[in-house]
Amino acid sequence: MLHLLVFSVFGLVCVAGAVNLLVQRHPINSALSLVVVMGSLAVEYLLLGAEFVAAVQVIVYAGAIMVLFVFVIMLLNAGEEERTKGSRVAMLFGIPGMLIGSVLVAWVLLEHSGTGNVATGALPGPPKVIGWLLFHDFLLPFEVTSVLVLIAIMGAVVLASHPGSVEQRSTQQDKREG
Amino acid sequence: MGIGTFILVSIIKIVVAIGVLLTAVAYTVWLERKVVGHIQNRWGPTRVGPFGLLQPLADGVKFIFKEDLIPPHAYKPLFIAAPMIALIFALTSISVIPIGNWITVFGIHTPLEITDVNIGLLVVLGITSLGVYGVALAGWSSNSKYSLLGGLRASAQMVSYEISLGLSLVGVLILAGSFSLRDIVDAQAGTYWGFIPRWNIFQWPPQIIAFFIYLMAAYAETNRIPFDLPEAETELVAGYHTEYSAMKFAMFFMAEYANMITVASLATLLFLGGWHGPHRFGPPLLQAILPVFWFAAKIFAFLFLYIWVRGTLPRFRYDQLMAFGWKFLLPLAIANLVITALIVALRA
Amino acid sequence: MVPLSYYLVLSGILFACGVTGFLIKRNIITIFMSIELMLNGVNLSFVAFAAQWHALSGQVFVFFVMVVAAAESAVGLAIIIAVYRTRETLNVDRVNLLKL
Repeated sequence: MLHLLVFSVFGLVCVAGAVNLLVQRHPINSALSLVVVMGSLAVEYLLLGAEFVAAVQVIVYAGAIMVLFVFVIMLLNAGEEERTKGSRVAMLFGIPGMLIGSVLVAWVLLEHSGTGNVATGALPGPPKVIGWLLFHDFLLPFEVTSVLVLIAIMGAVVLASHPGSVEQRSTQQDKREG
Repeated sequence: MGIGTFILVSIIKIVVAIGVLLTAVAYTVWLERKVVGHIQNRWGPTRVGPFGLLQPLADGVKFIFKEDLIPPHAYKPLFIAAPMIALIFALTSISVIPIGNWITVFGIHTPLEITDVNIGLLVVLGITSLGVYGVALAGWSSNSKYSLLGGLRASAQMVSYEISLGLSLVGVLILAGSFSLRDIVDAQAGTYWGFIPRWNIFQWPPQIIAFFIYLMAAYAETNRIPFDLPEAETELVAGYHTEYSAMKFAMFFMAEYANMITVASLATLLFLGGWHGPHRFGPPLLQAILPVFWFAAKIFAFLFLYIWVRGTLPRFRYDQLMAFGWKFLLPLAIANLVITALIVALRA
Repeated sequence: MVPLSYYLVLSGILFACGVTGFLIKRNIITIFMSIELMLNGVNLSFVAFAAQWHALSGQVFVFFVMVVAAAESAVGLAIIIAVYRTRETLNVDRVNLLKL
């Protein structure tokens, strides 16, 4: 009973945040509603017993990735959106389409999914077990993602650097050597 | 115990913790003004009450009665919400910090903390990460160039030093084997050869480098000298809180000092043995109170160190600050982690 | 005891909101945030199924999704900054010519 109550409350907060992201015209409001969505998702993970994933969701997603989004919005001084012809057409066809699609999916899931109930805190184990899995069964994906993050860091630094600064330095070196 | 008793005990603990924390914040301000004054060969507050002890009360009354300005083109909802966000996240991390052993009061057996989650350390790190929002949104919503620059610099600094902060704590986690703060303190009980306490900075492998990294990352996270360029008076007027007055400024002020106290208590729990003191002595009532006293003494020492550094060192330039965080502290934290893991793995 | 399908419906609603945002919004940063919303919906599905089958690999996969989302948002935001520097606008409808 308490499980259903907490799930509904934070589920409603999630959906309200997601709808607010669509409705708001200024990107900073959308960014803050996305932070609210991530926070309530962390509570849903706690309900399922995935406490380590909930903590990582708050630290990484809400506390680092969304801070990056807020930085970029502040840096580029993004203003309110303007309505163009393309966006009006997309709203006319997109919103009813997605509503029909999601109602269909929800009906199928609620009636015919054939899955049972989930208890509170159903997931077993302290974070130690997750660490064991990461370093034994999932070692290759772990090492590959570390290379991926390194590539992302290098790519972001090069892409966001001021235009011409990287090429100027390398052409100066070529002139000195050649 | 039943659910009703549990809720009542929790509410009492929350009220006591918030009351003690806010009083501690007020008197940390007093302590800072006195200590920095003495370092600069002057008295500090002396007029309001004996030794200036009622100065925080006078400051509080002043903040309540000052005019609360909102600049005309500021983005109002975020301008009003940003100091509240900063203060809420600064006060929330007290909920997982244990200050003593289990005690029995009127037949109720309860731990001396509001809640004991088995990911307590991650909760504190998460709340620290979320605290960046208060600063960033304050700087942006003030619609002023000094505030925006100060806000951007402060958030970039806080995000950069969070990484070294987290990595320096992983060495402690390897030694303790659990994320729960109570378990980490329990792993530091006892002594070596009868007189050296088994604090994490003395255990084998000694976490003294991690303590050093944690200290510097904590100074940067709480925007204190020598890392306080975001609020430097001579450079950016007052950085991200330039346009704030009266109660909203007081909220930022309280949030900064509450963060200092949280960081000091975390350092005590993780590196200095928490509430363990010299060998137990005295009647059972004293034994229940004494751990709280040792905890408070260690936090006081840490806060004194904070204030001492503030009165002594000049501040870093912004590029020096970022280079220090990324090029020195981060590789050092990773090296500490690798060496600790190697020693623990070879020992087992 | 909450039926698993409730968690899946919530995940589906979040995913649908993300797709809708991707279609109707014209600010490039908001489009990017809708992608993050979609990824969050998928993460909820993973953890819900991991809870039902008591399989921890669902949780571990959530970490990989988060790491990929972090890397992708870093690179994507760098691209957005580079586009803003040349085109001076964040509206995707205005970035429709290959030549400036």
